[in-house]
Amino acid sequence: MTETELIAVGAPEAAAAGRRKLVWRRFLRNKPAVVGAVILLLLLIASFALPPLLPWDYQEMDYKALLKPPSPEHPFGTTQIGQDVLAQTMRGLQKSLVIGFCVAIFSSVIASTAGAVAGLLGGWTDRAIMWLVDLLLVVPAFIIIAIFAPRTKGSGSIVILIILLSVFGWMIAARIIRGLTMSLRDREFVRAARYMGAPTHKVIISHIIPNIASILIIDTTLAVGAAISAETGLSFLGFGVQPPDVSLGSLIATGTKSALTYPWLFLFAGGLLVTIVLCANLVGDGLRDAFDPGARGARKARKDVAEKKDEAQVELKKAEKR
Amino acid sequence: MTASTSTAPLLEVTDLRVSFPGEEGRVDAVRGVNYTVADGEVLAIVGESGSGKSVSSLAVIGLLPEQARVQGSIRLRGRELLGLGDKQMSKLRGSAISMVFQDPLSALTPVYRVGDQVAEALLAHGTMQRKEAAERAIELLELVGIPDARVRARAFPHEFSGGMRQRVVIAMAIANDPALIICDEPTTALDVTVQRQILDLLRKARDITGAGVIMITHDMGIAATIADRVAVMYAGKVVETAPVAELFTAPRMPYTVGLLGSIPRMDGPPRRPLIPIVGAPPAMHDLPRGCSFAPRCPVSIDDCTAAEPPLEKVAPRHSVACIRTAEIGTTQLFDAYRQEIAEPPQQDVTESDVVLRVTDLVKTFPLTSGVVLRRKTGEVRAVDGISFTVRAGRTLALVGESGSGKSTTLSQIMDLVRPQSGSIEVLGNDVATLTKARTREIRRKMQIVFQDPSASLDPRLPIFDALAEPLRIDGRSREEVNRRVPELLRQVGLRPEHADRYPADFSGGQKQRISIARALALDPSLLVLDEPVSSLDVSIQAGVLNLLRDLQAERGLSYLFVSHDLSVVRNLAHDIAVMLRGKIVESGPAEQIFADPRHEYTRSLIAAVPEPVVSG
Amino acid sequence: MTGFLLRRTLNYIVLLLLASFLTFSLASLTFNPLDSLEQRNPRPPQSVIDAKAEQLHLDEPIPQRYLSWLGGVVQGDFGTTLAGQPVSEELGRRVAVSLRLLILGSVIGTVLGVLIGAASAIRQYKFSDYFATVVSLLIISTPIFLLATLLKYGALQINTATGTQVFLYTGETSATQVVGLWDQFVDRAQHLVLPTLALVLGAAAGYSRYQRNAMLDVLQSDFIRTARAKGLSRNRALYKHGLRTALIPMATLFAYSLGGLITGATFVEKIFGWHGVGEWFVDGINAQDLYIVVTVATFAGLVVLVSGLLSDIVLALLDPRVRVS
Repeated sequence: MTETELIAVGAPEAAAAGRRKLVWRRFLRNKPAVVGAVILLLLLIASFALPPLLPWDYQEMDYKALLKPPSPEHPFGTTQIGQDVLAQTMRGLQKSLVIGFCVAIFSSVIASTAGAVAGLLGGWTDRAIMWLVDLLLVVPAFIIIAIFAPRTKGSGSIVILIILLSVFGWMIAARIIRGLTMSLRDREFVRAARYMGAPTHKVIISHIIPNIASILIIDTTLAVGAAISAETGLSFLGFGVQPPDVSLGSLIATGTKSALTYPWLFLFAGGLLVTIVLCANLVGDGLRDAFDPGARGARKARKDVAEKKDEAQVELKKAEKR
Repeated sequence: MTASTSTAPLLEVTDLRVSFPGEEGRVDAVRGVNYTVADGEVLAIVGESGSGKSVSSLAVIGLLPEQARVQGSIRLRGRELLGLGDKQMSKLRGSAISMVFQDPLSALTPVYRVGDQVAEALLAHGTMQRKEAAERAIELLELVGIPDARVRARAFPHEFSGGMRQRVVIAMAIANDPALIICDEPTTALDVTVQRQILDLLRKARDITGAGVIMITHDMGIAATIADRVAVMYAGKVVETAPVAELFTAPRMPYTVGLLGSIPRMDGPPRRPLIPIVGAPPAMHDLPRGCSFAPRCPVSIDDCTAAEPPLEKVAPRHSVACIRTAEIGTTQLFDAYRQEIAEPPQQDVTESDVVLRVTDLVKTFPLTSGVVLRRKTGEVRAVDGISFTVRAGRTLALVGESGSGKSTTLSQIMDLVRPQSGSIEVLGNDVATLTKARTREIRRKMQIVFQDPSASLDPRLPIFDALAEPLRIDGRSREEVNRRVPELLRQVGLRPEHADRYPADFSGGQKQRISIARALALDPSLLVLDEPVSSLDVSIQAGVLNLLRDLQAERGLSYLFVSHDLSVVRNLAHDIAVMLRGKIVESGPAEQIFADPRHEYTRSLIAAVPEPVVSG
Repeated sequence: MTGFLLRRTLNYIVLLLLASFLTFSLASLTFNPLDSLEQRNPRPPQSVIDAKAEQLHLDEPIPQRYLSWLGGVVQGDFGTTLAGQPVSEELGRRVAVSLRLLILGSVIGTVLGVLIGAASAIRQYKFSDYFATVVSLLIISTPIFLLATLLKYGALQINTATGTQVFLYTGETSATQVVGLWDQFVDRAQHLVLPTLALVLGAAAGYSRYQRNAMLDVLQSDFIRTARAKGLSRNRALYKHGLRTALIPMATLFAYSLGGLITGATFVEKIFGWHGVGEWFVDGINAQDLYIVVTVATFAGLVVLVSGLLSDIVLALLDPRVRVS
């Protein structure tokens, strides 16, 4: 740390819970992030709490109101077959959020386990896991999901989608975590623990995980946005959530065909989609700044190159020995 | 540069104040600093971390971060620099004022060739054409001692060592014949032999350009060898300035006296307890009332906390910021410090059991070229067949510069596995024959203390858990853990009540003490220390060294420690082994090595250490 | 050196083969290519269906079918579509269309993204940075097909407002014949504007954010300070030394995202009606056409691997620290 940084940051953080409070305070200072978090939370609650209160169920058809623009009876309008767009949008929102959060959490769990084990153990385990990562990157995820998902109907498609998106979504995060673990492995406090005779699993649990927790949290949050975007794309092409169930993506897909003439069919779903992805990104960025205001957090490209840079520096040091 | 006919001094800094935004409001880093520099004069600004020495010089050259607020006056030959825009300052930077920074490894842009970067310094001020600038760049590189300059100018920074890169930076700094050169700890990151060369080069640069030089350093020895005048900074203010001879023979500020007394020296008896300054430098956001040094000062009185003492003249060119300076002279100050510690009886254990025996140890690393396509192009013999022994109750120091293999040796020993070649015997056990159970027992007896106290403590664990970890791994009961941890803290001079705090709440010296306490948890017989005091402030080093010495005397500990700092080695070691490129070139009892070094390398090492003594 | 290169290429080939085999098996298992035949009304006689089944080798075990397909691939024959056309011809045609669609947009988008990101980082906390960040985030959060649809809507409005067809947004060229080289060029250009715009916006938004972060990291570096200490103005130092160095991590990102380009292309093709690879494979899946799907999958895998190699090469070009001696 340069002297200027030392002086400015030098205030020792308050003890124990102090650090968590510090992160919390920094996050709260970031207004866009807070707004994003609040909106996301509200939408999550609304998507589950609202449907039971609505007069129309998402599948019900009102034959008296076919393809009608928004009205007091149907605040978001109706579809060609009389379904209430508000109810559909809420249901779609629910499903999209569920998919987003589930995929984010599952893929993070896989990524952190694979990455930490590969990073810490090295050797053959590392090579095997990285080879698997390479394979999954080459396999066309899109195509595999596209082949599978339409085979299932309704809610089953959502489960399949979550599983497949998780299976194909953990590779890049795993690489980052592996890189982090490898650099942690050589940090003195991990070496000290190993020299004390601590067994591997203890080292992972008590030293590695807490120190990568911040990256994990940030990545998981950003993954929510990415998962929802991916699901939307798939649904748009007809490979995502299958009827009779809906997601924001499938709603946009069906609505796009008549977008220019009956905008309410896709506008609300589209608007909500952009909103939740935007909010997820804002919260993720806000978390990143809150955990490490000095650093910019880990990003895929940066990490890859940072790894290469580290290795290059090691090379140089060895060269300097000559 | 022709002699200046103007009467204005080269540089005049008056009441400089710099503040930064911090977590809890603005922090004042520099709080009213005054000094002047004349043509051809070398002013050394000495201080520890947080003193504000770097910040004040960054203010002179106008390279503070945007959030900094600067007030006061900085005049270069009468021209006010504060308030000048970036465009105007850019014209001055590199031509009238230039700067050499601390870390040469990151100072050069990695993607441009070295010759081009030096030529850029010339081209930026529009003095010559491209071709001319390229030629002059090569001349400059030759001037600063880069061999084969014409060829090397086409190379990239990563192909140069740290010392070479610093030479390149100096070449850039003198390219346009500056009137003022600011050097911010230019040699701290370099090996001691390289350091000497760079200091000589800087002196040469001053001679060629006739420039005034500001040398910022924490090393009193460097100040003594190169400076004409010295300004001592503490907590954002200048607390003493004097011509160099006067400062070292008759310092009047208690802080300066404390600094001088706490430095391990090459002259004087070996292994003598040092006189530390109590406490630690204050945090800049939370300064004490009145004199900021008062809490640590052995001669402070109540009046000291009333107001900050102004800088007052005590001799024609000697100013001191202390209200008691009229009554207390130099000798009294030194005595006041000496009273603070008691001199323990010196007892050197001579013949004793062998605790660690290393024979013909070899460790090679494969060299892979390039990162894109990894291939083995050869190997590095980091450790090339070394042998030494450590005896109970005694300290062996492995001395060497970077690349000597000393750190690799330590990790080889700590790994407790069969070495690539040769043998390691710990407490009578050959490492190659260890069973799992035996390894555990040995681990209890042999512990390590690392160089960087911030990195060796897990930032997420409160120090109670950090200290408890070795005990818990060893399966000690909860009651025992709860009993031992406060005990350990007391042993290293810390308060047990602070055990629930996090590492970030402690100063560097305190963290190092915690690391030592952790190493002592299982009652080891051998302590391995990797540059234990290099990351610490000078005034804190003394305390930790004394602690190590006391612990050794009390408990019969043996130390194997690695250092590049010969004065520290002299203060702690009984035996020395000098390493160069993986081999031990000379070894023996410390007194013998210092009195009569045989090997050329040892001699150059000893000669290169700058002494905080001014002759004549 | 060659030994290592060979090993690495071999590894890539193995990965590619595995990936295509996986796709082949999955598709074979789940597709029923006889569907279209069986669904016809009236149902064709069983013999016809059986003949078709034999023609498609449906009785053979999957690995065998895969190997025979592979054998054909080595000779340039990627099999035949359900409609009976050779896949390789169609592949070539489609790839060309996709390339024409993508190249302009992605190149412009990347360059723009890099410049905007760099400028944003240098002007951090100023309004222009804030504005650029908000717009980028907004664009990134919008799925590309939504973006494209909105553009179409906007184009429609402009067309009706001006009374002419300034923007043509269906297909690559007009349905009616256009004669004359110049007119053909204009016609193509008119059709290219909107999709290119969509791609430019998407790429610029994405890259600008990454570049901004990479720049912010670099801006803290010591060598920027050295450059300024030499006498370079702040902006000159930041652009000349900072940008050039910050490009290095971007190179890795750029090369790796080539793979995602194909997926993005699919949406643009669908919306604007271009007959490229993306549209082809979507139709292929819907038609349960095995060879189309497998070929595209293999092609996509190849692109990923090539981009990996490319990223290494570009990295070596940009970063002298990484070059092989």
